[in-house]
Amino acid sequence: MPVIVVEVMPKPELLDPQGKAVAGALHRLGKSGIAGVRIGKRFEVTVDEITDAVLAEVTKLADDLFSNSVIEDVVSISTLSPSAVS
Amino acid sequence: MTSIGVITFPGSLDDRDAQRAVRLAGATPVPLWHGSHSLEAVDAIVLPGGFSYGDYLRCGAIASLSPIMAEVIDAAARGMPVLGICNGFQMLTEAHLLEGGLIRNDHGNFICRDQKLRIENTSTAWTNEFLPGSEITIPLKNGEGGFIADAETIARLEGEGRVVFRYLEVNPNGSLNDIAGVSNARGNVVGLMPHPEHATEEGFGPDTALAMRNGTDGLTVFTSAIAALISA
Repeated sequence: MPVIVVEVMPKPELLDPQGKAVAGALHRLGKSGIAGVRIGKRFEVTVDEITDAVLAEVTKLADDLFSNSVIEDVVSISTLSPSAVS
Repeated sequence: MTSIGVITFPGSLDDRDAQRAVRLAGATPVPLWHGSHSLEAVDAIVLPGGFSYGDYLRCGAIASLSPIMAEVIDAAARGMPVLGICNGFQMLTEAHLLEGGLIRNDHGNFICRDQKLRIENTSTAWTNEFLPGSEITIPLKNGEGGFIADAETIARLEGEGRVVFRYLEVNPNGSLNDIAGVSNARGNVVGLMPHPEHATEEGFGPDTALAMRNGTDGLTVFTSAIAALISA
């Protein structure tokens, strides 16, 4: 079945303590080439079919539910082709 | 007698403590259930602390969509006193009853301490029994208590006196402007990260200069709501 992928990231101007903790661990491992890490979320929404109406519905959900616009941004909404989904 | 409802969500932890605080303050606690649409004719509502839905998606986000939240939002619009403590505060921001948001503590750790606060606004439904400028100590325990909002919102909250509680001495979680709690414009909806319900009975609160675990500074939050309802 087709899948709509929504990606959400913490706002760039806000501290991301999770990403900071991972970046700190990488530095301790000597990965000096890594300047920073930020951690976000990826939602894979399985739908019966992808239509304009379904895309509009998921886009609204991305703004209203999957993300909180006070602290996060929806950075992308894309579709997975059926062949790419097992 | 004044009745104050305490809503239990899946993963609420401090609902019974909040009921006990309501009783100690002199009102009748009424347990409410997230899946119901009935507020049982209560006069005020407390959204308690805990980890509703395991903090999945975002803290308080799934609970803010509970059936009973439709009634809470209606009641808040009518002026009913609504208090959100910790996870309850997170729910109120997710439900857009309060502005701003709560993010993971800047230091990345869960923190549990007796926290000093200043009451910055003594005219809200939940702080009217405090004297202006009062300083209190109540427990704080959170992993995602960093209060944030954009600069324009922070300036408006500060300018309109809607910063109700402010951290003193230690900013425990990276909250902007040391903000520990805020209200809506009308002052009937208040949220804060620290836990007034855990400082309502001698022997079971924070340490004071007089005796261990003797602090009852949180009780005034609940007596304030009773006073607001009686004068309304």
